Amino acid sequence: MALYLVLVPLLGALAVFLLPTDRRRPWIVAAVAAVHLTLSASTIALRGIDAPGSTWLQFDALGRLVLIVVSTLFFVCALYCIGYLRLRAGRPNRVFCTALLCFLGMTSLVALARHLMILWVAMEATTLATALLLYFNHNRRSLEATWKYLIIGSVGIALALLGTLFLAYGARLGLGEPTLEFSDLVARAARLPAPWVRTAFVFLLVGYGTKMGLAPLHTWKPDAYGEAPGVVGALLAGGMTTCAFLALLRVYRIVDAAGQGQFARELLVFFGLLSMATAAAFMVGQRDFKRLLAYSSVEHMGILVLGIGIGGAGIFAALLHLINNALTKGVLFLAAGNIHRAFKSKRLEDVTGAMRRLPVSAGLFTAGFFAITGSPPFGPFVSELLVLNAAMGARRYAVAALYLILLAVIFIGMGSTVLAVVQGIPPEDSEGRSFRESAFKTIPIAGTLALVLMLGLWIPDWVSTLLHDAARLLGGS
Amino acid sequence: MPPIADSILIALLLTNFFILGTANLRAAIRGVAIQGLLLGTLPLFVESQPTLRLVTLVVATAAIKGVVIPGLLLKALRDVHIRHEVEPYLGFVASLFLCAIGTALALLFADHLPLAATDRAGLFVPASLATLFAGFLGLTTRRKAISQVTGYLVLENGIYVFGLLLYQAMVVEVGVLLDLLVGIFIMGIVINHIQREFSSLDTERLSRLRE
Repeated sequence: MALYLVLVPLLGALAVFLLPTDRRRPWIVAAVAAVHLTLSASTIALRGIDAPGSTWLQFDALGRLVLIVVSTLFFVCALYCIGYLRLRAGRPNRVFCTALLCFLGMTSLVALARHLMILWVAMEATTLATALLLYFNHNRRSLEATWKYLIIGSVGIALALLGTLFLAYGARLGLGEPTLEFSDLVARAARLPAPWVRTAFVFLLVGYGTKMGLAPLHTWKPDAYGEAPGVVGALLAGGMTTCAFLALLRVYRIVDAAGQGQFARELLVFFGLLSMATAAAFMVGQRDFKRLLAYSSVEHMGILVLGIGIGGAGIFAALLHLINNALTKGVLFLAAGNIHRAFKSKRLEDVTGAMRRLPVSAGLFTAGFFAITGSPPFGPFVSELLVLNAAMGARRYAVAALYLILLAVIFIGMGSTVLAVVQGIPPEDSEGRSFRESAFKTIPIAGTLALVLMLGLWIPDWVSTLLHDAARLLGGS
Repeated sequence: MPPIADSILIALLLTNFFILGTANLRAAIRGVAIQGLLLGTLPLFVESQPTLRLVTLVVATAAIKGVVIPGLLLKALRDVHIRHEVEPYLGFVASLFLCAIGTALALLFADHLPLAATDRAGLFVPASLATLFAGFLGLTTRRKAISQVTGYLVLENGIYVFGLLLYQAMVVEVGVLLDLLVGIFIMGIVINHIQREFSSLDTERLSRLRE
């Protein structure tokens, strides 16, 4: 079962690569995405019957959680892609579709990996696949963004490898063999030498933190998200960063079991608040609405690690926020992609009155904005409130106060840009007037928003069970 | 650890200085090539049995790090007719000075880490950390895309040296195969495009996207 989740997308990638015509490829991507979603959902329905024996690939609650989130987001994006690639029919999509499915296969591998080295290889492969996605537009600006992403990402991934090696060295010293299997490391973590565990965590935090886009390692993000097609932005902000966060959580669990949890949590709180503060600083007065979303992603990565850093109830809150953030980012980036296409610009100077020209997309964009900034009744409101509660419960009042202040600043900063986009009167002479909001470009977004809304009002039992199981794995409640 | 391994590691450290100190891009790439060849000999000192794996590793490392990648870089340099000056943001003297400090810190830091008795005697850990630092320095203080790539290669070489300490765990291969081959290959393609689009390999010109 585990293997199919990786193999199906990779075989699909091969198929779209070999297919000679551009027109059918997006349909195959969507079909593979549907199969993948079905498989992911069935792993949750059939939990408990995983074939034991494979020590390298296995399901656990945390992996299942990430799998279902990424799979859902990918399915939505694949549907959207059908409309998007039809719009961009002049551009060959062979590489793009192949890279999309490779991305899906590799993110599944990240979710399933039970071995730090496999995890690392999968993250590396995700980096390469997304580099190809980023370069879809083949122009100067996308080239610059891809170059920055590759250089910064490669350094991050190299440091993550070194951190992994440090952990293996610690295992060699403490356990007598350089094992890198999670369950093995967690079970015998108490015997790992503390200096190596700490050094390894710092390197892994910096490495995978770069992939997540935590400040100050976020510098690739605004460029990459700004230049990438909206659908790639959605996959990066909701999929790849989620996978990088999962990698960090795997490492955190080992470090925590080795008795260095306090050290790790302090670092996570620091990076969390720093990311939120950096995002706030750049979001106020931001004139480019796609870069705005990039900084919003920096902010929410900050909230995720902050939740883990607070510990206790914060872990459940962070995991719930992982779902909310991924889905809401999907809504925002896809809606922003439509607006970008219709106005042929993403700067506030050219984009006003989106509500008049694109009532559906602009409405979804606005709703997405309210959701991501934590307004009720959407999902992120619940998870952001839970993070706050956890901080208060852990008597970390200064952290809670800073968190609230930063959320408020971000709400105002983001709001002024978003409102400038949707309100007003659209410019007369815009070449993108021919853009039509077809079903494929709006219904997937609306469906995702409905999920975000649902998570704010009612969390289904199976989701809550999954979240509690995953939180327990990480020592939360 | 036989003393000859330490001599090779010291030679590795010297190439770090050479790569950071030279003003000529071609010479820097040659430095990286020498470093690759030196790395190719290192597995011989961590494993005494002439297994197939050892032979493959030695040959592959020397070929990839010592010949293929430097060759690709030199070819790129020839094909795009760029000037051979390195053009650093940070002066050569300052780079060398920082590299020396980094090397000293690496020695101190490695001394504080708990090491297996066999590794304590050798220079593997400090050489790895110092090379890593030198690579990072090269990556961040050079202007041209191609010299950033050489910096990244040096950084990876540092990781490779550390990976050799975990020879039994088969982690060295992961670093060499995946990261180097694919990563640099794709970077090469990107450089190629940069050249085509910008008619220069200067990353300074990649500065349209900023706040």
